Amino acid sequence: MISLAIAYLRDRPLTTALNILLLAIAVAMLVLLLQVGSQASERFERDARGVDLVVGAKGSPLQLILSSVFHVDQPTGNVPYSSLELLRRDPAVARAVPLALGDNFEGYRIVGTDETFSDLYNTELAEGRSFGAPLEAVLGASVAAQTGAGLGQKFVGSHGLEEDESGDQGHDHAAFETVGILAPTGTVVDRLILTSYETVWDVHGIDHDHDHGDGEAHDEDGDHHDHDGEDGHDHEEGHDHEEGHDHEDGHDHEDGHEHEDHDSHEDAADEHDHDEGHDHAEDDGHDHGDDGADHEVGVGNGNSAGSANPAILQAEGSGLEPELTALLVTYRNASGAIRIPSLINRQTEMQSAVPATETARLLELLGASIDGIRLFAWLLALTGGIAIFVALLNMVRTREGDLALLRVMGASRVQVFATVVMEGVITAALGAVLGWLAAHVLIIWARASFPTLADLGLQAWKFGSAEVLLLLTVLAIGALASIIPAWRVYNADPARVLARS
Amino acid sequence: MQLSVEGVGLSYDGQPVLSDVNFSLEAPESALLLGPSGSGKSSLLNIICGLQTPDSGSVTFAGKVVSAADGSANGDEVRRQSMGIIFQTLRLVSALTLRANLLLAQKLQTGSHDTVLVDTTLDQLDIAHRAEARPFELSQGEAQRAAIARALVVRPSLLIADEPTSALDAVNTEKVANLLLDLAKEAGASLLVATHDDRLKPYFTRTLALENGQIVS
Repeated sequence: MISLAIAYLRDRPLTTALNILLLAIAVAMLVLLLQVGSQASERFERDARGVDLVVGAKGSPLQLILSSVFHVDQPTGNVPYSSLELLRRDPAVARAVPLALGDNFEGYRIVGTDETFSDLYNTELAEGRSFGAPLEAVLGASVAAQTGAGLGQKFVGSHGLEEDESGDQGHDHAAFETVGILAPTGTVVDRLILTSYETVWDVHGIDHDHDHGDGEAHDEDGDHHDHDGEDGHDHEEGHDHEEGHDHEDGHDHEDGHEHEDHDSHEDAADEHDHDEGHDHAEDDGHDHGDDGADHEVGVGNGNSAGSANPAILQAEGSGLEPELTALLVTYRNASGAIRIPSLINRQTEMQSAVPATETARLLELLGASIDGIRLFAWLLALTGGIAIFVALLNMVRTREGDLALLRVMGASRVQVFATVVMEGVITAALGAVLGWLAAHVLIIWARASFPTLADLGLQAWKFGSAEVLLLLTVLAIGALASIIPAWRVYNADPARVLARS
Repeated sequence: MQLSVEGVGLSYDGQPVLSDVNFSLEAPESALLLGPSGSGKSSLLNIICGLQTPDSGSVTFAGKVVSAADGSANGDEVRRQSMGIIFQTLRLVSALTLRANLLLAQKLQTGSHDTVLVDTTLDQLDIAHRAEARPFELSQGEAQRAAIARALVVRPSLLIADEPTSALDAVNTEKVANLLLDLAKEAGASLLVATHDDRLKPYFTRTLALENGQIVS
């Protein structure tokens, strides 16, 4: 009887194909919504696990969460290093993890932090050891897999938090060395490169008290001093700070590598006028306005939450004030949740943001659109069901003689009923499978086309019970759509039908 | 005695269609049920096949009740197990190939496939080369033979044909008549052919003439 149902479907290919297509589109949309929704929620929850509060520069709290917890947006600015010490002294704080962002390697963010980061995310080393000395780096599992980097391998970070297609290599003088590779965690950590925050400061030419960590000998070439009063990383290839300082664009700073003319722009730097003040390469390769690197760590770019007068940061040749991008806070007890956010928000120039709240807000913002699309998809599925119903009703009218013949030849009422239902279910099943496949292929395509989706950890072949339930629902739609036509056949008197037809 | 029709009567809206019809067929025996249009042939065939319940009387086949006025019959089972039916309009399933039509009938009526019998029957009826053709691709003669083949592959004890030659010329009428008689004999089945076509009369040794719902000879 199944082969007969299939034969009937093949006998009217256009109608069958249209019905399958309708259902496939609906299923594809619903599967996409399910996948993206559930994976995003899971990812948000996983990445934010253990982070009760994020402290950063004033600005959008959502942006702060996105940049510091999920690592998908630009930071809101910087906070003074002293804020870390302040929070760590608070008895209600169990853990405060410093983050110093600013650079990337092949699009993977380089995160300056300390050993508390590992505690927060429960990371384990698959190879090597943790970072310690300056310019030592530990790669997340995905970073190592995608870049093919191994232990001992050196790499040079680029400015900004996203890969610069211009090939900017702003830190030619600061090659990181891979000393460890993390085991996969299934969190954003897999896509990060970890180093000490002191290293990040060093790379950006920020003097700091080496008691903060093991920052000895960071200043190996003395290059950092060359950029006093400016964004040290605001240079194209022409500002290669390696020996010789061979500025291809003609800015050949031979004597003492001092950019004296840069110092004259201290005030200008205060106004974020990086292009005019520091565009030595005579191109816009380092336009912070373009790459969003305005907020790179420790550069004293005037967006420092902890500095009343950011100019101070660039004032002296001794360097910039050490800063951090954000702090990930875990409370020791519930009292922290009551006291610390208000303390931060009211009594400092910083802001605090709760990941759970911001994530919920983000999902709420997206919720209306998602609900609209979901409603449309279900309407489409319903239309598919109605189309199956109409097609089957026509089928039982035109083939009532055939179906009566089946009864005469010995098929039971139930068998003939089932033949019609099977047509509806097969149509629905084909639509469901096609739509399901299309959705997953679309995810593969989207991952390849939109790196942010890959960054968010969107996986193509991840299945959940909701997806199974959806497919079963579509099958039920097919079965329901065929019940009335099948019932007509069930109740037909074969002798009368044969006499009539 | 294979088929026994006893006192069968039927009426539609008070108008008698069949009145006290009685006859029997031995196994294997061939008979022609001859009567003009409206004489009640189709109604009688439906009752014999167990597709319709008579108002009175009963039909038994091989000792089993096929139709009975008291509703005690199990016509579906007897028909499925014992009868091969050739319909006037042939009624091949258009969505299936000729071979698939035969296999479907076999499966429904016997519960299994016998592809050897299917191939042999197709060969015997000279339509093996059209086995994968769909019904609408067959000529009238091929379709006629296909319908006969379908009735034969279920290994029937009783072969029933309703107006099998109504659309055929004299030459093909003779061919079909001989074919039915030969195949029934070969299969050891009884044959009952209902027709209004007098041309078939010479081929049958027994004719049951039906007029106004009654067997008159």
